[in-house]
Amino acid sequence: MAYMTDRKRAEGMGSAKEGTHHHWWMMVSSAGLAVLTPFFLFTFAPMLGKPHTDVVAYFDQPFPAIIAALMIVATFLHFKNGVQALIEDYVHGTARKVTLIATTCLSYAAAATGLFAIARMAL
Amino acid sequence: MVQLTLPKNSRMTAGKTWPKPEGATNLRKVQIYRWNPDDGKNPQLDTYFVDMDTCGPMILDALIKIKNEIDPTLTFRRSCREGICGSCAMNIDGINTLACIYGLDEVKGDIKIYPLPHMPVVKDLIPDLTHFYAQHASIMPWLETKTNRPAKEWKQSIEDRKKLDGLYECVMCASCSTSCPSYWWNGDRYLGPAALLHAYRWIIDSRDEATGERLDDLEDPFKLYRCHTIMNCAKTCPKGLNPAEAISNIKQMMVERTV
Repeated sequence: MAYMTDRKRAEGMGSAKEGTHHHWWMMVSSAGLAVLTPFFLFTFAPMLGKPHTDVVAYFDQPFPAIIAALMIVATFLHFKNGVQALIEDYVHGTARKVTLIATTCLSYAAAATGLFAIARMAL
Repeated sequence: MVQLTLPKNSRMTAGKTWPKPEGATNLRKVQIYRWNPDDGKNPQLDTYFVDMDTCGPMILDALIKIKNEIDPTLTFRRSCREGICGSCAMNIDGINTLACIYGLDEVKGDIKIYPLPHMPVVKDLIPDLTHFYAQHASIMPWLETKTNRPAKEWKQSIEDRKKLDGLYECVMCASCSTSCPSYWWNGDRYLGPAALLHAYRWIIDSRDEATGERLDDLEDPFKLYRCHTIMNCAKTCPKGLNPAEAISNIKQMMVERTV
């Protein structure tokens, strides 16, 4: 129980003066993924079930490799921001900070792993 | 984590079934949430039978009839009985709306009435709206000007006045905010659809000179950006307004001044 006026409780600590950047980048990554996804499916689908050597040779070409790399970056940045919104909605207190750190690390780690795999095949 | 189950002392229990009125043939079953802070009991769902032949057409008519003729302890807010004051907002048949403009014939089967969801209850159908009103006050719902006051009135063109249509009609009944899951989970920080609709009403008022300050105050991951445009607010608004659109317009203005 804290003796606070209703207005003080409603104002809280005031505005964080941020959030627009996050909102804008969610829109940018959504638009990017809307364009990239068909390209990715178009370039990735033919390789499903193919032998390892064929896949490596295919991703040695610039177009499929760049599309796959862009897809990985856009997906995991979008994932990071999306999960951040989800966590801010449903998780409170210290657990919120811990899960935010964990999912951010996971997103960057997944993106780095994907990029490394593409680089290994393409370079 | 958000609380997905009711705390022990808020769980519903079976309530009292009140006797049917004698001689009535056209009866309607009405179940109403009851909770009294003074008796220490859990909330309960009481069952009443209302004689439709002697009852007005609206849900509020049935509530007033129950209070007058069956159970005078039933507690609810009401005033204007024509959708202007916003006092009688409650959850009727699963929808947050105003009891005075919601017809008994709009509900099929038994009528279930609860207080507005996810708000502390003062008694029976009366939610505690203290925080909701304080949030409304925090967006400065008045004209802010810096220019010296004109000799006559602040002028506004017909086109600019039209921009306020669909915003000024809000009666602050809290139906929208209490239908919003983001407001349920983060209502302490998220301003909610009603306060944000009012904020937008002043942001786009051509006479207001505090647009920048108003946007500054709203730019916050919790105050504004907890809205994910699920449109519950627009769906439930008893006045047919669209707070989600107003919030979306605020976000657009935020982007415009950044990018």
